[in-house]
Amino acid sequence: MNGGIREILLAAAIVVLAAFVPLVVNPYWLSIGVTAMMYIALCTSWVIFSGPTHYISLASGAFFGVGGYLVATGMSDYELSFWLMAAVSPFVALVLAGLIGWATLRLSGVYFVIFTLGLAEMIRNLVSWIQNNFLGSRGLYVLTDFTEAHIYWMLLGIAAVVYLLGWWVNRSRIGFALKIIGNDESVAKHVGINTATSKIILFMTTGFFAALVGAVIAPRYSYIEPNQVFSPELSFMVVIMALLGGAGRLWGPIVGVIPFTLVWEWVSIKMPNQTTMLIGLIFLLIVYVLPHGIVGRLEQAFAKMREGRH
Amino acid sequence: MRYSGSVLSVSGVTKRFGGLVAVDNMEFQVSEHEMIGIIGPNGSGKTTMMNMISGAFKPTAGSISMMGSRISDLPAHEIARRGVGRTFQLVKLLPSLTVLENVIAGAVFGHRRRWGRDAEDHAHRMLERVGMDAMSYAPVSTLTYIDQKRVELARVLASEPEVLLLDEWLAGLNPTELETGIELIHALRNEGRTVILVEHVMDAIRSLCDRCVVMSSGKKIAEGTPDSVLSDPEVVRAYLGDDDA
Repeated sequence: MNGGIREILLAAAIVVLAAFVPLVVNPYWLSIGVTAMMYIALCTSWVIFSGPTHYISLASGAFFGVGGYLVATGMSDYELSFWLMAAVSPFVALVLAGLIGWATLRLSGVYFVIFTLGLAEMIRNLVSWIQNNFLGSRGLYVLTDFTEAHIYWMLLGIAAVVYLLGWWVNRSRIGFALKIIGNDESVAKHVGINTATSKIILFMTTGFFAALVGAVIAPRYSYIEPNQVFSPELSFMVVIMALLGGAGRLWGPIVGVIPFTLVWEWVSIKMPNQTTMLIGLIFLLIVYVLPHGIVGRLEQAFAKMREGRH
Repeated sequence: MRYSGSVLSVSGVTKRFGGLVAVDNMEFQVSEHEMIGIIGPNGSGKTTMMNMISGAFKPTAGSISMMGSRISDLPAHEIARRGVGRTFQLVKLLPSLTVLENVIAGAVFGHRRRWGRDAEDHAHRMLERVGMDAMSYAPVSTLTYIDQKRVELARVLASEPEVLLLDEWLAGLNPTELETGIELIHALRNEGRTVILVEHVMDAIRSLCDRCVVMSSGKKIAEGTPDSVLSDPEVVRAYLGDDDA
């Protein structure tokens, strides 16, 4: 328990330090900071569910899109406030995740991965189709008074809440249940775990936060098209960064997101036309070289150091 | 259904997999504190029967009741919560957890629920019971086969089941391990637990079981004390084939 408290104090200190970033860096670095913070929130919430269960979800993009799209359509077409839409959209995603979870979590392994990918793509096309054929405008405007710093702070707040939630889940019965499910689902059932309900609850949590992040970051883009906000690339980026850091620990994604965002920034500037291919290469590299992520490597190194001392 | 004094009753249970009838109209009762053995040649449907009791499979027809209430329609986790605990024919431990956590897993969600300190202490007691407490913090991958079986048993005991299902718990053990294993099950018997065991080790069946149900090709062909069923000509035929074969 003591280790847990220390972990949360350390995390709190990092949050406080991170809050000062917009005050000391120039706009270029702040913009990278916003991107990094967005992925930290997304990856951490992804890891809460996919880390222990090993169910790789490629639906993050869909939930993120629900958040961004609802904020955009609400503000642009119905003149509703940003705050209202940002508050409503996560609950829409929550219901959607519940339905998806109910339909797919009976699947396991690669079937689940493909199903979430297909479903995200379907939602994207469905929303685009409705937008183009029935709602008139093809693009939507999200005009607010927020600066990059405001968005950064909101994302930091979300990331902190997600982290705290993950910390709590790791210590709770439901977190323990997910670990058992990830190890052996038939054992999980026979020790009395309602596997479907446990998985759906945490999958819904992931969807909720992805939509919230999508809603909060929408003002950054000003102009939004359904096709762009429901990007499948985002789902892959979340998985890659989480795996790079290591999905076995809650702080893994943080360790993965920061270097990846920096490298990606450089890649996007130098080789803007080869990004998709490079995502693939990086993914292969992570799987072969860092199967347990940076965290796994660090823990290995620590273990070796301890052995060396004895 | 009326509660007729038996803890578990299996009536008219049939399981079909496509055209194959794995279990055919099985019928038997288990009383409290009774240790019964399900025996029979390979492929006779014993494990399928166990899987239906624990809820891994649903019967195609018939019903299984526990203390008078039907459990055969319930999902496996619900049956576990009602107090049916099982081990698996091929040991199933949770490889990323320690020995202690494996046992805690049995204590948290099942029939009697514990959490935190309480669950941990309880798990230690269960490990002590099977003689594995010294290994509490070891990773599962370092355990020998019998030790893995003991940990799995401790996990099942941790839920304090009303009915314990042991699926070939003694299979695959060497002679010394077998002795330890039989002793352990003997101790369970002396505690007055209600146990159903599927077993091939005849010596164990003779010394452990109050009663045996013999299955062949999915059907019950005999029932009675171990000595009486093992000398039953039909049982001998099921195991060894006809004289002229």
